Amino acid sequence: MNFAMPVAGGVLIGIAAVWLYLSVGRIAGISGIAANALLQAKENLWSVFFMVGLGLGGWLAHYLLGTAPDGETASDQGLLLIVGGLVVGIGTRLGSGCTSGHGVCGLSRFSLRSLIATIIFVALGMLVASGLSLL
Amino acid sequence: MTVRNLSSLFGGLIFGVGLVVSGMTNPEKVLAFLTLGSSWEPALIIVMGSAVAVATIGYWFVGKLAAPLFDATFRVPTKTVIDGRLLAGSSLFGVGWGLSGFCPGPALVALMTLDQRGVLFVLAYIAGVFLHDKLLAKAMLGRAITDG
Repeated sequence: MNFAMPVAGGVLIGIAAVWLYLSVGRIAGISGIAANALLQAKENLWSVFFMVGLGLGGWLAHYLLGTAPDGETASDQGLLLIVGGLVVGIGTRLGSGCTSGHGVCGLSRFSLRSLIATIIFVALGMLVASGLSLL
Repeated sequence: MTVRNLSSLFGGLIFGVGLVVSGMTNPEKVLAFLTLGSSWEPALIIVMGSAVAVATIGYWFVGKLAAPLFDATFRVPTKTVIDGRLLAGSSLFGVGWGLSGFCPGPALVALMTLDQRGVLFVLAYIAGVFLHDKLLAKAMLGRAITDG
């Protein structure tokens, strides 16, 4: 398989995280920033700007690279997506982070909490996805 | 628009581009990593590894500064205790991630391209955030107070 794109994408994500820390002193955890933007937008206007940038950057890259999903439908995965979204919403709030906050930023800051969180969510993600594939 | 908000927007922009370039906005690629077996793909771990390598070096250099460029102080999580919330929360997150192939960042980008999968996931995700913060967190706080 081709590793160029995963490496390039990962490097960009790392640069974005370092830039956010250097410029505004914040950790680039998407679930935390999204919750700030949803629940405390007035006090955390920066988080709203971050979310707008995230959407804009993703949209731009998709159209420049020609990778935009073309009419992808949820088909028979609707229930999995809804249950998954709900559980990810609750879980990332309860556990204070997701793949970016714990996985990327937390590990880079040598946080033990983030290391434990990352091991748990990768292990359970693998268990559930592997289990589902057997059904 | 302050330079602080603009910097934040720029950070989000680069993050969004990185997610798309990495391929991880496609839940099928995430599930290809999470599903162990003959068609397992290591791409996700390569994305995370590259991001962690860059961020580890970057955080180390930035950590030598007294303050960030456009704000008064650095704000990093200070909690160090491994508690039930962390364990239960990351477990729930892992289950939802394995069910859907989406975590918050990629799902929000998928929403922007009106990918129906992203739309469904994000609506449920927002409901989950509100459910936690408006109901569960308050209920747990109430119980903690009565217990004490």
